[in-house]
Amino acid sequence: MSDTSLISRTRYALSENPMTLLAAILFALLIFCAVFGPLMAPYSPLLTNEGARMHPPSWLHLFGTDALGRDIFSRVLIATRLDLGMAISAVVISFVIGTALGAMAGYWGGWVDAIFGRVMDTIMAFPLFVLAMGIVAALGNNVTNIIIATAVINLPFYGRFARAEVNVRRDLAYVEAARMGGNGAVRILWGHIVRNILPVMLVQASLNMGWAILNAAGLSFIGLGVRPPTPEWGIMVSEGASYIFSGEWWTFVFPGGALVIAVFCFNLLGDGLRDIVDPRRRT
Amino acid sequence: MIRFLRIAGKRLLGAVPSLIGVIIVTFLLSHALPGDPAVLFAGPAADAASVAQVRAHLGLDHSLPQQFLTYVWQLAHGDLGQSLTTGQPVMTDLLQRLPASLELTLVALIFAIGVAVPLGIWAATRPNSWIDHLCRGTVTVAAAFPTFFIALLLVYVFYFLIPLAPEPVGRLNDVYFDAPTTITGFYLIDSILEGNWQTFGGALAQIILPAISLGLFALAPIARITRAAMLQSLASDHVRTARACGLSRRRILITYALRNAMLPVVNVLGMVFSFVLGSNVLIEDVYGWPGVGAYAVKAVISSDYAAVQGFILMMAVLYILLNLVVDLLSMVVDPRVKFEG
Repeated sequence: MSDTSLISRTRYALSENPMTLLAAILFALLIFCAVFGPLMAPYSPLLTNEGARMHPPSWLHLFGTDALGRDIFSRVLIATRLDLGMAISAVVISFVIGTALGAMAGYWGGWVDAIFGRVMDTIMAFPLFVLAMGIVAALGNNVTNIIIATAVINLPFYGRFARAEVNVRRDLAYVEAARMGGNGAVRILWGHIVRNILPVMLVQASLNMGWAILNAAGLSFIGLGVRPPTPEWGIMVSEGASYIFSGEWWTFVFPGGALVIAVFCFNLLGDGLRDIVDPRRRT
Repeated sequence: MIRFLRIAGKRLLGAVPSLIGVIIVTFLLSHALPGDPAVLFAGPAADAASVAQVRAHLGLDHSLPQQFLTYVWQLAHGDLGQSLTTGQPVMTDLLQRLPASLELTLVALIFAIGVAVPLGIWAATRPNSWIDHLCRGTVTVAAAFPTFFIALLLVYVFYFLIPLAPEPVGRLNDVYFDAPTTITGFYLIDSILEGNWQTFGGALAQIILPAISLGLFALAPIARITRAAMLQSLASDHVRTARACGLSRRRILITYALRNAMLPVVNVLGMVFSFVLGSNVLIEDVYGWPGVGAYAVKAVISSDYAAVQGFILMMAVLYILLNLVVDLLSMVVDPRVKFEG
């Protein structure tokens, strides 16, 4: 696609769906917080303050303080990096491995495809969050394993998608021509096929980001992976849950709200990107 | 009918490889990873003697294939090991808690489908109107709320701030109500069978909030796929013909368009089940729900690995069964499936 058509299509998609613009602004804000959050935070996220326990939101503490007197605003802000970091790492891992495996299965077919299909089916045979929980419980309780677990359960989305996309392209004339020109399988796959499916794969990735965030935060919420006192949205919601019946709403509403904004942003962004790259798939 | 049974049988056989895969993965998760499985199963508080006992029971001094056979043998006898926290066999624990989780899951699914399908149809009949945008906006926002957060939020708003809902103490507040005698294990059904409407009301009031929390995420995929399928279906020739013949609007929408649009909707249910079953883990604790999810969370936190493994296996089997039911259902809904199978 030429640059002008991309720009005009982007403009069309934005005018059709102005929410995409909102998503882009939220996205910029999230990335800004992830990068500069630790510099901007007014308090240290671990600094306890006996004299300021459970203060409601005020100008001094925008989001209030928790049971140990820690500033919730600083903790929510600083957690952005960890939460987005976990989700992005997981999505990148499953994107790269899933696309590579799926592309090979779709290109070669035969027993490679059969084994690939079996493995993907087996992952999909589990309720995915339950499988992620099992992986973290077995591998050990730390952040790396949350990322691995989230990557594994998302593998089939990329793998199956890439397989289907490569499968319809492998016998097209331009691929045939590349083969006749003496290109090897790897070169054809990477240079001629995978590059063509990258845009649609990236749409999948951004649609998948919100789910990866929910998944990683969910694992921390039930006590897996991230350990207190590390600031992380899921674990902060779970810590705040104990104060729900005494009315200290700010302890869980702000970190939960941050999660909602992040997931909402990536879901909208994925939808918007899909409208630009692949309008026919719109639902 | 014979054709139906033959295809049903074929689908049933088709689930067998998934089942085998699931058993292999749960086995590998515990036995083939770095670290000593005996220590994993014996738990954090175990001494050398109990580790040795676990090692002997699981056959861990044998080769991996032999260990697998031992594992399958024990599974075939319904032996999922002993829970360290409750001291009971894991199988007993899980079966005891399963009805609570199943009831919650099913009510959540009924809520999700009951709201999302009409919403999708409504949006499809007025594409690109403000109703369409409102429907899309609502379900997109709903999908952004983490299940555990929405659960807390609902409790806070509808119990703490505006006391509409009963105290979140599980399936029934036993201060005011007696649990119905177990027939199906589902409180809602058992209380109707007993004719005890008071208990039914109590159980219903308890299940509403958790079911909404669980089902909310599923609204978006179901509503959006329903909308897309209905749009396609409404634009088809047979609907145009039906319109030309002057059939009633209701008849065209439900009999002609919806039945043809059901297949993609049924297909997206697989993903919805995966999500709803998995999310039990996240919300049961919030509502004090005595189900398998809350049990699994406790097991994870106390490193009770046999219980975790049993839970994973049971959920995977449930998921496979649910998908099978949907598969069979889709044959009833749409006869075309029979010929493709």
